[in-house]
Amino acid sequence: MPAVSKGDGMRGLAVFISDIRNCKSKEAEIKRINKELANIRSKFKGDKALDGYSKKKYVCKLLFIFLLGHDIDFGHMEAVNLLSSNKYTEKQIGYLFISVLVNSNSELIRLINNAIKNDLSSRNPTFMCLALHCIANVGSREMAEAFAGEIPRILVAGDTMDSVKQSAALCLLRLYKTSPDLVLMGEWTSRVVHLLNDQHMGVVTAAISLITCLSQKNPDEFKTCVSLAVSRLSRIVSSASTDLQDYTYYFVPAPWLSCKLLRLLQCYPPPEDGAVKGRLVECLETILNKAQEPPKSKKVQHSNAKNAILFEAISLIIHYDSEPNLLVRACNQLGQFLQHRETNLRYLALESMCTLASSEFSHEAVKTHIETVINALKTERDVSVRQRAADLLYAMCDRSNAKQIVAEMLSYLETADYSIREEMVLKVAILAEKYAVDYSWYVDTILNLIRIAGDYVSEEVWYRVIQIVINRDDVQGYAAKTVFEALQAPACHENMVKVGGYILGEFGNLIAGDPRSSPLVQFNLLHSKFHLCSVPTRALLLSAYIKFINLFPETKSTIQEVLRSDSQIRNSDVELQQRAVEYLKLSSIASTDVLATVLEEMPPFPERESSILAKLKKKKGPGAVSVNELEEGKREGGELNGGGGERGGDNSTIAASNASTPSPSADLLGLRTGPQVSAAPPSAGSLLVDVFSEAGVNDDGFLRDLEPPTESSDSLLAEGPGDSDSAPPSAVSEDAAPPLPESNELLNKFVCKNNGVLFENQLLQIGIKSEYRQNLGRMYLFYGNKTSVQFVTFTTTVSCPGELQSQLNVQAKPVEPLIEGGAQVQQVINIECLGDFCEAPLLNIKFRYGGALQNLSLKLPVTINKFFQPTEMASHDFFQRWKQLSQPQQEAQKIFKASHAMDTEVIKAKLLGLGMALLENVDPNPENFVCAGVIQTKAQQVGSLLRLEPNAQAQMYRLTLRSSKDTVSKRLCELLAEQF
Amino acid sequence: MIKAILIFNNHGKPRLSKFYEHYTEDTEQQIIRETFHLVSKRDENVCNFLEGGLLIGGSDNKLIYRHYATLYFVFCVDSSESELGILDLIQVFVETLDKCFENVCELDLIFHMDKVHNILAEMVMGGMVLETNMSEIITQAEAQSKMEKSEICAFLSLCRPLSFSVPDRTGRRRPGLLELQHAPYRPSRT
Repeated sequence: MPAVSKGDGMRGLAVFISDIRNCKSKEAEIKRINKELANIRSKFKGDKALDGYSKKKYVCKLLFIFLLGHDIDFGHMEAVNLLSSNKYTEKQIGYLFISVLVNSNSELIRLINNAIKNDLSSRNPTFMCLALHCIANVGSREMAEAFAGEIPRILVAGDTMDSVKQSAALCLLRLYKTSPDLVLMGEWTSRVVHLLNDQHMGVVTAAISLITCLSQKNPDEFKTCVSLAVSRLSRIVSSASTDLQDYTYYFVPAPWLSCKLLRLLQCYPPPEDGAVKGRLVECLETILNKAQEPPKSKKVQHSNAKNAILFEAISLIIHYDSEPNLLVRACNQLGQFLQHRETNLRYLALESMCTLASSEFSHEAVKTHIETVINALKTERDVSVRQRAADLLYAMCDRSNAKQIVAEMLSYLETADYSIREEMVLKVAILAEKYAVDYSWYVDTILNLIRIAGDYVSEEVWYRVIQIVINRDDVQGYAAKTVFEALQAPACHENMVKVGGYILGEFGNLIAGDPRSSPLVQFNLLHSKFHLCSVPTRALLLSAYIKFINLFPETKSTIQEVLRSDSQIRNSDVELQQRAVEYLKLSSIASTDVLATVLEEMPPFPERESSILAKLKKKKGPGAVSVNELEEGKREGGELNGGGGERGGDNSTIAASNASTPSPSADLLGLRTGPQVSAAPPSAGSLLVDVFSEAGVNDDGFLRDLEPPTESSDSLLAEGPGDSDSAPPSAVSEDAAPPLPESNELLNKFVCKNNGVLFENQLLQIGIKSEYRQNLGRMYLFYGNKTSVQFVTFTTTVSCPGELQSQLNVQAKPVEPLIEGGAQVQQVINIECLGDFCEAPLLNIKFRYGGALQNLSLKLPVTINKFFQPTEMASHDFFQRWKQLSQPQQEAQKIFKASHAMDTEVIKAKLLGLGMALLENVDPNPENFVCAGVIQTKAQQVGSLLRLEPNAQAQMYRLTLRSSKDTVSKRLCELLAEQF
Repeated sequence: MIKAILIFNNHGKPRLSKFYEHYTEDTEQQIIRETFHLVSKRDENVCNFLEGGLLIGGSDNKLIYRHYATLYFVFCVDSSESELGILDLIQVFVETLDKCFENVCELDLIFHMDKVHNILAEMVMGGMVLETNMSEIITQAEAQSKMEKSEICAFLSLCRPLSFSVPDRTGRRRPGLLELQHAPYRPSRT
């Protein structure tokens, strides 16, 4: 007799379902459903009390409608009413409705809880089970509050029926998952663990899920479960139990329970007790042996069940990672499965082998299957399986087989499924970098990657190749040659153009000797791609062009022509237009020296975790990339990049950690504008993302320094002076050394420039980079340890002597007290100009080098002209203002002898560096220079005009300054007189 | 943990959906559609496991499915479950349905949704496996059925004669799910 007879249903329900099934269109179906909903609503609302049968029928109809995807917004109350019926059928349908339709936030929970409470205390096992099911299905906090105390009692009570115990165990588990704080196991722990010994296998099946979850959370309290689980497993595996009759599934004893026992054991390390361990090893060996026995049935269910246990056993062996003998056997077994005709087994074998590959005992054994795995990648019909094969190749890759694996993965990429391409690309990029012994191979691989799967090459990948090329001198020429060749292809991917643009812009000179890749050929090649590219790429190419002007002066006129064309200089995209304008201007006004400095080769990048690895981790979620792998990646990465400075953790010290750079000034010029760096979100610690992302849409890295600071830097500067954690400005420690005699001279070096080396002796080099906006400034000091010994107790103090204290507000951020040999640390100093000033703040530096205290003081190159805002004006205006400032004290004049060659371009550059606007065609004498600007202080603005009259014959200058404030004129005159 | 159990036919019409984690009704429907989309485009005889759709947790979850005649049985599980174990569980579920409904077919699931839910509840509770022993499950289902019958007979005998059978539009004997398990997939309009 069938367990469910088909003739006892509800006629109305059957008719309704048939109607729906006969509907010819979606509209007809919706119409029929709406009619039924209206009918049910009226029945529920009607005066006539519905009997239990009708209620059940209507609730069933609602369930059906819900399954079809329609919202049900009524009937909940009727369902709750059914709960208190004493008829099983009605109660059951009520619970069914609630478990499908009521979520944990429902307001009905209180009513439902009442009904549940009654059923739990009814001592009717069927009703109790229904109630427990309902709790487990809804699992709300209110339910946990109401029943978390009661259910453990039901679970362990001696007189509870087995079926109720099973339900109680899983119900408790559900409550523990939703509200762990409410489920207090304390006194029940040992009795719950002993459920593993229960006579009834169903109880064990249910209880083991509960115990596994509790063990994961409280391993110590539950560790007695290990020996119980081992003995239970041993009884099942050796078929010693007699209670297995009904739990034998296609000739396999209790497969589900065996799997769960093996899973539970994976929560713990190998048992310490020798006897327990021996018994477990015996079990595992038996399971491995059984796999070799002929099957007891040809049915797939038999082999499934048997292999389910086998795979769990192998997982446990891998988890223990301590029995070389078992590991090798496991590996061999998986090797057999790799060639099995069952797809499922091949899939699982590939998956298990991935974890096996990370064990030192079995890594070599896994590697022997490389050909099979490569074959799987090529021939499997199922993408799920191919993906596992790719994962395994990635896991088994090491130095010995990297070239083969990377080549296979690359060739697979050409035909790979879209769904896994991006991940494959990341993996190839990581392996290529991790195991690159030969950098030309690395460059080839990545360029191939871009060629084959350009669309899937994320930014991190091409950032990384550039980073590595920049950091490795020996590969730069090869990289330039290779990208040049790759760009010859008639259609190449935009990512290739980006890499090409960047690399040729930096290292195009290395291949320029060959007439086939002469500068103009290179430029024309790049420019032939220009019009097909997106805006960010074009922006990058423009930067490459300006770099070309520096690398190859002979291309200057061609490139200027391009920059000057309407499509650039009037481009509707602001970024492109701005670049074109600025680069054009830069190339026409800056001297070759200035150009060479500004457009210097990028400094090496500091060492960081590979951004690609971070990306893969993010993609796969934590745990997908093991910690070992990460550390290894870091180590290998370090090697790859020539082991630059070691401290790369801090986002804001991008170039600061580069000890291998000979001169910090090169560093500094390579640096991007500082405030933007610190404003960038601290994302994943991946270098390239940090370095490039701040540029927003223009994701190339160079020349940002030329561009005006953005709004964000403004706000950062503004908040600087408010910082409370920095030392008060006047806190000069008593024992600070007097300023060095040469410090005035050093100061003068920085009147017309913001970046460079401030100071250098045998021990220490201090680089400086600063920027000013309005009355605010920010200065970055880079302290480089030139020795191989660390500096300890490194402290710096910035002070404003005398009245400077009321004129300047200087806040120095704390600096790291330890500088490793060869390392560099960075300090940020925020400056606010309150009023005009003449003196410079003092910087005192103290540290111990090999026990000896070093103490030196310098003047910080903060001068009044740093707060200039240039003012453009016409000749007429200039002379009008000039006349307005005609009081004697407003003018300061000096006549002095030229101390440098009187080169017009150099003078212009210096005057621009001063911060004023250099006004053309103002002075009737074209030999003379006039400038105008406004000094911004917090208290006031001071307009200033300048006139410089060189006399080439006498090698003399006459410098005249007029400004609304006498002290300013005087100070500016003093400062400038030293510059020419 | 089992996150969801879905049964739908070859055309994607849901025949049973049971979620053990809370989603909004809309999301549930989307998950069913997404899962159908993922599973239905796969060939026969490829492996029975694949990564879950984005809505149900992406690659942290696996879809383990079996295709019987006109129906797909899909279990969405997290990494704590054994894939082959779940495959066996699906088989136990279908065999149990087959015993309870005598040669079960899609129509039985449509017209006896409540009973299918009850049988499932005997096997899986709150996303964890309660019982894997088929005879135990069937015993429970029989006991419920008996109770049901006694209650309904008592009630119906007062109203109308008990004669009802599942309407079958073709009139032919319906092939059961298990019979068709190895038959080649033939698209047919239901």
